[in-house]
Amino acid sequence: MSEPLIEVKNLKKYFPIRGGVLQRTIGYVKAVDGVSFTINKGETLSLVGESGCGKSTVGRTIIRLYDKTDGDVLFKGIPIHSLKKSELRKLRPKMQMVFQDPFSSLNPRLRIGDAVGEALLDHGLVSKNELRDRVIEALEMCGLASYHIDRYPHEFSGGQRQRIGIARALILDPEFIVLDEPVSSLDVSIQAQIINLLMDLQQQKGLTYLFISHDLSVVEHISTRVAVMYLGNIVEMASRDELFDHPLHPYTQALLSAVPIPDPDLKRERIILEGDIPSPANPPKGCKFHTRCPFAKDICKEQVPEFRDVGGGHYVACHLV
Amino acid sequence: MARNIVEFRNLKTYFYTEEGVVKAVNDVSFSIREGETVCVVGESGCGKSVTALSLMRLIQSPPGKIVGGEIIFDGRDILKLSDAEMRRIRGNEIGMIFQEPMTSLNPVLTIGDQLMEPLMLHKHMTKKEAWNKAIELIKQVGIPRAEQIMTSYPHELSGGMRQRIMIAMAISCDPKLLIADEPTTALDVTIQAQILDLLRRLKEEKKMALMLITHDLGIVAEMADYVVVMYAGKVIEEAPVRELFKNPKHPYTRGLLKAKPVIGRRQERLYTIPGQVPNPIDLGDFCYFSDRCEYTMDVCRKKMPPFVADENGHKVACWLYEGEWKK
Repeated sequence: MSEPLIEVKNLKKYFPIRGGVLQRTIGYVKAVDGVSFTINKGETLSLVGESGCGKSTVGRTIIRLYDKTDGDVLFKGIPIHSLKKSELRKLRPKMQMVFQDPFSSLNPRLRIGDAVGEALLDHGLVSKNELRDRVIEALEMCGLASYHIDRYPHEFSGGQRQRIGIARALILDPEFIVLDEPVSSLDVSIQAQIINLLMDLQQQKGLTYLFISHDLSVVEHISTRVAVMYLGNIVEMASRDELFDHPLHPYTQALLSAVPIPDPDLKRERIILEGDIPSPANPPKGCKFHTRCPFAKDICKEQVPEFRDVGGGHYVACHLV
Repeated sequence: MARNIVEFRNLKTYFYTEEGVVKAVNDVSFSIREGETVCVVGESGCGKSVTALSLMRLIQSPPGKIVGGEIIFDGRDILKLSDAEMRRIRGNEIGMIFQEPMTSLNPVLTIGDQLMEPLMLHKHMTKKEAWNKAIELIKQVGIPRAEQIMTSYPHELSGGMRQRIMIAMAISCDPKLLIADEPTTALDVTIQAQILDLLRRLKEEKKMALMLITHDLGIVAEMADYVVVMYAGKVIEEAPVRELFKNPKHPYTRGLLKAKPVIGRRQERLYTIPGQVPNPIDLGDFCYFSDRCEYTMDVCRKKMPPFVADENGHKVACWLYEGEWKK
């Protein structure tokens, strides 16, 4: 077992809801409501769940793009939410992020070379003379060409822009990258290229990934371990093989059965969940999933199920397991 | 054999942009039979949505223009109808739902108003009749508390509910054909499963034909009777669904099937189709897939492959299946 790079302990992130004439806080959206996990060096932990489950908020709070509400995040043992701004800044190059939308995450007026190189320069990690070489190296590593360096974002396709986004994170020589839906807006043929690129880079550089996605088939391909989130909590977490072969939580089972599989002869038992995801501002009591769970019992409406290890590092929060 | 409800015959829809002419739909022919689900599949920019919009005559002009071909809907050439005649077909005989349920509903009108409008317009119902029918429709698409929904505004509903309302609106006049353009792309998978289930049920009940546009091969396998694969404005392969998945012929179709990770089928490395979709402006007169294809031969870069059917009615446009080049 390798050492943990990231340890998340009972992390909470609430966003205030303001209302009334004085814009007082009238409630909280509990986007992340107590999640704990570790990410080991060199592995890919995936966070899956539907919109509004808090997976992106976890990703952003871990690298302190958001301040936490409660709990702790340790990066190589350093509690990053207790660091001073200047100390955090020194750590920033080690923790990077790649965003979903390669169209809005690049400044349209900035040449690619400048966009990829600016952070290096800003952190004083390179001299002006070396900069161009470093940028070209990063671009080429991500499957782009050196002549792309003086072009503007609009000259690139979606897949190429995502490569630029990856180059921008990679050039800082990070140890940990949060990948927030990096292939969701891409077409299938391009998606496969980017996934392979991410996996190659991980191997070459020993990178550690937090992979945030709603697409279970991509998650199954890329992950070492998987955590399933629902309304701000992790409901199940296990190794990739264990989670996909023996899903225990009814929500995980429903998610897996809902994914369409490209085989017209396949007959499956599909669990169709009724209704919509409740609002995270006013989540149900007890087990948050009980309003949509086909197996809910009385106890589920009252008691919050404990998130526990049921053997071999397979964690689940469900009364029925 | 059921008769054709729609026939696209050599449809050409071009967009005239500053950089040049984009042949978004470039000589497309296929047909949809009564009560059948046809999936049109392809990646962004392949022309699948423009094909559907041409059928609805909703191509914005300029820059777009239908420059050639025919679209026969229920015996009439849609492209020859007057605007008034077309309005009687749109929303009445052909219903359409779009990807983004928020932008396709009017935010300042109640759900009730929007549901009743086509009923009063096309079916000449009174307000009272339309109200009752609207409530029936809301129940039909599986939304509880119909009366309350009638007086709600779109922003008060979730994405899945809005898509259900869009479907209710599209089927309100009992269309012969329902066009669904990426109806679940903006939705979560559990909601997607609900919507696909609903579409399948309604299609059976109403005996409609369904033209389903999607990029997701999983949805195709689940919904389609017949599949049309498009690439860069052209139909490159079409076949009944089982045949297509069992025996994909075109290297692009095969590549798509291999490149998509599938639940339960773990592999070390994903297959990739190299390169990207060609720039749609001023494409040459040869196979558009030739620069990405692993089987490219000289002829592929010189001549456009013909679109030919085999004995099973499986059609493909690829030189690998033609004459002297056949393997």
